[in-house]
Amino acid sequence: MRILIIEDDKEAAAYLVKAFREAGHMADHAADGLDGYAMAEGGDYDVLVVDRMLPKLDGLSLIRSLREQKIESPVLILSALGQVDDRVKGLRAGGDDYLPKPYAFSELLARVEVLARRRASVSHAEPTTYRVGDLELDRLSHRVTRSDHEIILQPREFRLLEYLMKNANQVVTRTMLLEHVWDYHFDPQTNVIDVHVSRLRAKIDKGFDKPLIHTIRGAGYMVRVGGETDA
Amino acid sequence: MTALGKLIRTTAFKLSFAYLVVFALFAFAALGYVAWNAQRLLTDQFNATIEAEIGGLAEQYRLGGLRRLVNIVERRSRAPGALLYLVTTPLGERVAGNVGALPPGAADHPGQFETAYTRTDEADAPPSHALVRVYRLPSGFHLLVGRDMEESARLRDVIRRAFGYSLLFIGVLGCAGGWFITRRVLKRIDDMTETTRTIMAGDLNGRLKVAGTGDELDRLAQNLNQMLDRIGELMHGMREVSDNIAHDLKTPLTRLRNKADEALRLARTPEELKAALEANIEESDNLIRIFNALLMIARLEAGNAREGLSDFDASEAVRDVAELYEALAEEAGVPLKVQVDDDLPVHGSRELLGQAVANLLDNALKYGASGEPEAAARPVSVTAKRAEGEVRIEVSDRGPGIPEAERGHVLERFVRLESARSRPGFGLGLSLAAAVARVHGGTLRLEDNAPGLRAVLALPLAPAIGEA
Repeated sequence: MRILIIEDDKEAAAYLVKAFREAGHMADHAADGLDGYAMAEGGDYDVLVVDRMLPKLDGLSLIRSLREQKIESPVLILSALGQVDDRVKGLRAGGDDYLPKPYAFSELLARVEVLARRRASVSHAEPTTYRVGDLELDRLSHRVTRSDHEIILQPREFRLLEYLMKNANQVVTRTMLLEHVWDYHFDPQTNVIDVHVSRLRAKIDKGFDKPLIHTIRGAGYMVRVGGETDA
Repeated sequence: MTALGKLIRTTAFKLSFAYLVVFALFAFAALGYVAWNAQRLLTDQFNATIEAEIGGLAEQYRLGGLRRLVNIVERRSRAPGALLYLVTTPLGERVAGNVGALPPGAADHPGQFETAYTRTDEADAPPSHALVRVYRLPSGFHLLVGRDMEESARLRDVIRRAFGYSLLFIGVLGCAGGWFITRRVLKRIDDMTETTRTIMAGDLNGRLKVAGTGDELDRLAQNLNQMLDRIGELMHGMREVSDNIAHDLKTPLTRLRNKADEALRLARTPEELKAALEANIEESDNLIRIFNALLMIARLEAGNAREGLSDFDASEAVRDVAELYEALAEEAGVPLKVQVDDDLPVHGSRELLGQAVANLLDNALKYGASGEPEAAARPVSVTAKRAEGEVRIEVSDRGPGIPEAERGHVLERFVRLESARSRPGFGLGLSLAAAVARVHGGTLRLEDNAPGLRAVLALPLAPAIGEA
């Protein structure tokens, strides 16, 4: 996918460009708000990674201007300001996700990939059924089956699995899970999320040869068929 | 010269000068009015006297003719301090009276005027001024009655002198007063400038002198002093924060560095290097976490988290967080009792409250119970209820608790009790929860759960959602 990084810190930008390319994406870089705006307007990017504080045109104004021009590329805002109200301001300006600095690249990558995929699927309506291998989740009847055996989940476990399956074959980080399943944006201090995932895993994968919920070391979790798992 | 220039440029000097001019004008106007009135009064009086005298003499003339008039004039002319009298023929020749020389033709025409004259009995004296009235008698003779104007002239002199003295007086007094006031104000302002300069140079403990008069300069000095106090407090807080940050970040940074160093020296296989790098990343993540928590506390304490607050139901937030930690408690084999009443409206941030409760629960599970063999007998409980107009959220454990003397202390940043050193954590959880409580206008109290610790988050109750 094509990613535009609008970031004035040269070193940070170079690192991001390199890291995204290593992850198999195309990444361009703009060093200030005006350049960034011009490039975002001209190029068809899948995701924009925008620093909040930029020379010439600040990040939020840039996003507002793009949305005004009906350029709907998903935007992830990077900011040294990590507070709740800053996040709200960022999302209100038209951003799609918000990541406070400092961040782990794995977190950024996971979020960017989720945003890009959401863009790709925005034309079709969300499917009512998610399917990964022999695992099936019906969003309407709230039924989960694996190899036609029904699995009983608690409401929260259902939402957890729903989010993981919605982003199947993509890394989902612990903070992303806390955000989307529990609607909290803080950093859980201990392995609270891990415990929930391992409970879910016990219900989903127990008794089956091939696990579907994989732990991606240093990043988070992924639902997929086959492949290695670090767990 | 520069001192004089400075004096002239001061507001006090300009003000004094302006007042001086205004007062001088007032004084002159008042004096002038008095003088003019006095003069007029005197002249009126003279007129009246002369009028009455002429009336009387004319009556005498009517009764006894010219002979009688002349006799009376002669007699009255000799009386001491007499008016001026003169009777002349129609051709202007003197018949009787005490007026000697008159300007030629002065007494020929009837009417009232001022003129110079000399008395007959003091012919050598210089002529003086008089107000006279000439009356034409029916026989064609002229009768002149007048009054010396010497008094009027003296009055004028007195007034003129008064003008002069008052001018001098106002001038001298005004200048002296202005100079005195200006000097006083200037000195105080110079003192203030001097003090502020030393403060700017770095001595933040300096304070402006307050004279105690309660005037505007005093008020200014008091305000500036209060401002300096506030700046001092903020500086102190900043220094404390940065000291703490430096202290607590240095330890993990050193550890990070040592681990990298060790891996570089000792690791032989790529696997070992990889493991060392992963450990480094984990350590870095911890640092980031500490940093985020610190920034958050700093932001909350700086008080700019108040925007974006709204009314929400605390019961949902507490239930959500309790549910989040339930799995963890179960994993650790600790029974988690949750008892949350419905409808607990609070004004604030669900996000922040959630984080505070999460921190308390985290602590309770970490220090209160987990890892102990008899963990099952040490339940952790979460309750939320209304009490005395507040929403009270309590997280209690049956662990070792915190000695009473240490309870205030542990709310500070980075404080971890000796007994907790061996466990993971940054010593920021409680201080963050306390900061969140303050943002909500509430408090975080640590109480004895006998045994164990009870953390009470008391927040003011908001008007019920939907009611307002």
